[in-house]
Amino acid sequence: MQSETSARQWDGTLSPNDFNSSVAALCERWKEVNDSLPQWLWVPFPVVGDSSCNAAGYLTMENVYHQNASEEVSHEESILGDEELSDDATLVQSCGKDDMHVYDYHIVYSFNFRVPVLYFRGYRLDGCPLKLEDIEKDLPAYSLKGLRESKWTFMTQEDHPYLRRPWYTLHPCGTSDWMKVLFGSNAANNQPRPLHYLSAWLSVVGQAVGLRIPLGLYKSQ
Amino acid sequence: MEVFSEEAAKYVWGGAIPLQIRLHESEVTTLPPPPPALVLGSRIGYLPLLVPLIKPYFSSTLPPGEDTVWFDYNGLPLKWYVPIGVLFDLLSAEPERPWNLTAAYVINGNCKNIMNMAQADQFDLWQSLVKGRIPVRLYIRNVGESLEDLEDAPIIDSWDRISYINRAVEIHKEGGNYMTLKHAMRTLLPEIFGDEDPDNRYELREEGSHEAGSSFGDPETISMTRNDLVEETSFGSQRSSEANLIRIQGIEPDLNIPFSWVVNNLKNPDYFLHLCVFLRTSSCQAKAT
Repeated sequence: MQSETSARQWDGTLSPNDFNSSVAALCERWKEVNDSLPQWLWVPFPVVGDSSCNAAGYLTMENVYHQNASEEVSHEESILGDEELSDDATLVQSCGKDDMHVYDYHIVYSFNFRVPVLYFRGYRLDGCPLKLEDIEKDLPAYSLKGLRESKWTFMTQEDHPYLRRPWYTLHPCGTSDWMKVLFGSNAANNQPRPLHYLSAWLSVVGQAVGLRIPLGLYKSQ
Repeated sequence: MEVFSEEAAKYVWGGAIPLQIRLHESEVTTLPPPPPALVLGSRIGYLPLLVPLIKPYFSSTLPPGEDTVWFDYNGLPLKWYVPIGVLFDLLSAEPERPWNLTAAYVINGNCKNIMNMAQADQFDLWQSLVKGRIPVRLYIRNVGESLEDLEDAPIIDSWDRISYINRAVEIHKEGGNYMTLKHAMRTLLPEIFGDEDPDNRYELREEGSHEAGSSFGDPETISMTRNDLVEETSFGSQRSSEANLIRIQGIEPDLNIPFSWVVNNLKNPDYFLHLCVFLRTSSCQAKAT
């Protein structure tokens, strides 16, 4: 626990080491709750010159199917797509009956905000990446509202900090504040156990991107 | 040293890289090909901001229409969100002036897709600064152990060969002591900027054990060791062929200068201190992925 912050009010953040413990706790609990769900896996990404930094890396859960995409919508998409795209490769894509959307989710520690950050990407079964318009259709309504209202501070596309490819991400600037709210007045003086941090965080962030979280994760053990 | 020097800020904000931009050969539709565009790229600016500046140079040869421009150096596409000065410091190991870049146009492309990529990074700063942490972006490039002249540094053909990471450094001010750049580098990259001196090794371990609780260094440990740090000789001011090299805003600073001075005067307007490190370690040790 941080000596400086626990004396005062907890600021809603997590130290790199606590992030690391929280990652382990989430993986374990997730597996306990449902073995058949896609699992979280920690991929360490040691940095040159600082291999002891155990928060460097990402927690990944891949191949998560999103089932809400309807055929009708995908048909419209393909027509729109034809008009917009000049890339031949995309013209031959077979949008249609199996318009299943697949998502990969990564959780990365932000050393500046000292909070976890969600990165995700979506693609079709054939590997064709989803555009923002496609992803928007998979988002819950309240997230769409957030996206429209705060274009630059909610969901944006950025280079994945370890994979260096554009991924969508939820901006972490408000995270520590709402984490404080989430843990309520109890948290004002006592920093919550880091083991609970990530699952609590995920309960909010998962909803924002339509990631389903097993309820069992929050049942007392 | 002053905490903030107006002169330094003027240099940083006024700093520019002379660029010589050629049109990518696949875009050339006229003979002879259009002459290169010579423009100044502000160190703290970004390449996409140059697009309107260079367009007139090439408009005669480009087909009409909406276009997206991207730039490359020796075949490496340049990330648009990395400041021009940092790209130059990092990729042109031995400064090449003018710096030769290539512009490629994607005709009818939709600019929005690229521009939509967030530059929300600057929000990072507020949060960090409020809490006494300095946001640092490290760009680490391994130039190899045996390299004698930076001019011979291998060409970077992929961003995978560069490790660039966001980190934060906590600044503590107590008594008359100050934290040096070297100390900041140690908290960032302990295995590279730790010292061979056994005493210092011990000190680093001390810090490491404190780290179990908080994230970066403990104020007490730092203040105890700070006097020693100031005494140490720098290895950044002279370009020895064995030393690791640090470059900030084109400057290769002495590692004994106060870190707060570096931050106050050399940070970018995004409030990040962009810091290039050239490593001279054997390649197996430093896999920059």
